Amino acid sequence: MNIIVLAKQTFDTEEKIVIEQGTISEDGVKFVLNPYDEYAVEQAIQLRDEHGGRVTVIAIGPERAAEALRTALAMGADDAVLIDDGGAALDEHTVAQILYAHVGQQAYDLILGGNFSVDNGSGQVAIRLAKLLGIPHVGSITKLVIQDRQAEVERDAEGDTERLTVALPALFTAQQGLNEPRYPSLQGIMKAKRKPFQQLSLADFDSPSIVSASQEPLTARVAVFSPPPRQAGKRLSGTPSEQTQQLIELLQTEAKLFT
Amino acid sequence: MTTIYLAIAEVKGGSLRQVSFELIAAARQASEAGSTVASVLIGSNVSRFANDLAAYGADHVYVVEHDDLTHYNAEAYDASLQAVIQAAQPKAIFLGHTSIGKDLAPLSAASLQAGQISDIIAIDIDAASGSLLYTRPIYAGKAFEQRTFFSSSSVVTIRPNNFPLPTYEAGRTAPVENIAYPAPTLRTVIRDVVTQAAGRVDLSEAKIVISGGRGVKSAAGFKPLEELAEVLNGAVGASRGACDAGYCDYALQIGQTGKVVTPELYIACGISGAIQHVAGMSQSRVIIAINKDPDAPIFQIADYGIVGDLFEVVPILTAQFKQLLKIGPVD
Repeated sequence: MNIIVLAKQTFDTEEKIVIEQGTISEDGVKFVLNPYDEYAVEQAIQLRDEHGGRVTVIAIGPERAAEALRTALAMGADDAVLIDDGGAALDEHTVAQILYAHVGQQAYDLILGGNFSVDNGSGQVAIRLAKLLGIPHVGSITKLVIQDRQAEVERDAEGDTERLTVALPALFTAQQGLNEPRYPSLQGIMKAKRKPFQQLSLADFDSPSIVSASQEPLTARVAVFSPPPRQAGKRLSGTPSEQTQQLIELLQTEAKLFT
Repeated sequence: MTTIYLAIAEVKGGSLRQVSFELIAAARQASEAGSTVASVLIGSNVSRFANDLAAYGADHVYVVEHDDLTHYNAEAYDASLQAVIQAAQPKAIFLGHTSIGKDLAPLSAASLQAGQISDIIAIDIDAASGSLLYTRPIYAGKAFEQRTFFSSSSVVTIRPNNFPLPTYEAGRTAPVENIAYPAPTLRTVIRDVVTQAAGRVDLSEAKIVISGGRGVKSAAGFKPLEELAEVLNGAVGASRGACDAGYCDYALQIGQTGKVVTPELYIACGISGAIQHVAGMSQSRVIIAINKDPDAPIFQIADYGIVGDLFEVVPILTAQFKQLLKIGPVD
């Protein structure tokens, strides 16, 4: 079974966001494999170990995104493809089109991705790709079992659980709870260095014969700003019961709640 | 021919979700005067909601009904929405950034080769260019961006609870147009749906969230939080620490991984306030922190802080709220 995993490199979730001259600063920032993509990589490795085949991890991003792909290889993926965007301002449409141009040429049974990326968080790319490829998808899955080219999945729908069956080839996006991603072992990290790693650039997708539609972004960022900072408020005092009484009064008088 | 804006309504548990009306408001805000804002109802036995949508400002209601649409099925819903798009030729499509909307929107965007801006909380007009600016949180709310469209058609998902409800006009009506279900071959089959316990308030739409961290110490430690949530008609959430420790289901996780919530009131119990958690809740209107550690970072962003043991404080708070809200025996 050939499995393709869509990956993205993101800021570590413990990073603060610093905006300098209208852009988000990357100075000293720790980058990681998007946490939701880790679930996808882990699931792909488990399914390959069970059914055989290969796991290919694909990312679009700047050069530094290679590091996230190395993490996936160290976890156990077989090969990686980095489509270097040279830091271009792409949107979800563009990224999906480029992935379509590449993935559409590959043989695959299953495509996995994260439910969303913890940076941009729009959750569009994988689902757009499924549509472009003309394959079914289920988003936000917490369980995936494959038998006789049928996938049995559970989808998290705002707390409800939907159980579905889907014919392969299909695309799924991973929700928390799908599995426990492994940490790369030292041996895995050493092995990753020798695994196939293909480097492509946007120029490789220029030909109109490859891409059916425009790659020009259809949306763009015009401004980025920080949320208004929150101030530490009142620290209450007294016995627990006095504090809670005070709290309820303040909620009514100041916050205008429960009035 | 007027310009048409579609607002995709959502039905859950036998009633319209509030976001259905917020979508009418958002679409109206994005549209030029004289445009038609049309709601779309997809499901089984859903045409009965058309009047409500009209009363909240829909100028037209498209309805696609079929047994295949009883539960959300991406292929069936996508085909249905495509049929409506064929009929309406809309300029823009508005969906909720909900379980259904965020799954369905990219399918339409890809079909239309349209741009999509997701999870927006506001729409403004750029004074200089006159173009529409859509504001959305990024990095789970650690920052915000404004985006604009270049594409002729556009797809937007809105975050629930951020657009004001349109004015309700009793008796206002709108034409209802039935669109035939296109009956696509479904490669995806829904076997069953396990709905969460009845009466439980959905985390992302809850007005009040009571959240537990490592300080709850065990799965049983969530009990006092659940009791407070019941009294306040709120939802229970958790930090990554509590989820990783196995005290609760990941479905409850609030943070940059997990859900982002913006309730009226957020009560953080035994939560230290790690950056990744704060990202998911710092836009709440009022924040209360209850923590044994006076130096916990959560106090830096809390409007009201109680330094104390949550197992002592929360039950007292629950009892006092019960009295205030006149729930149960009042002595």
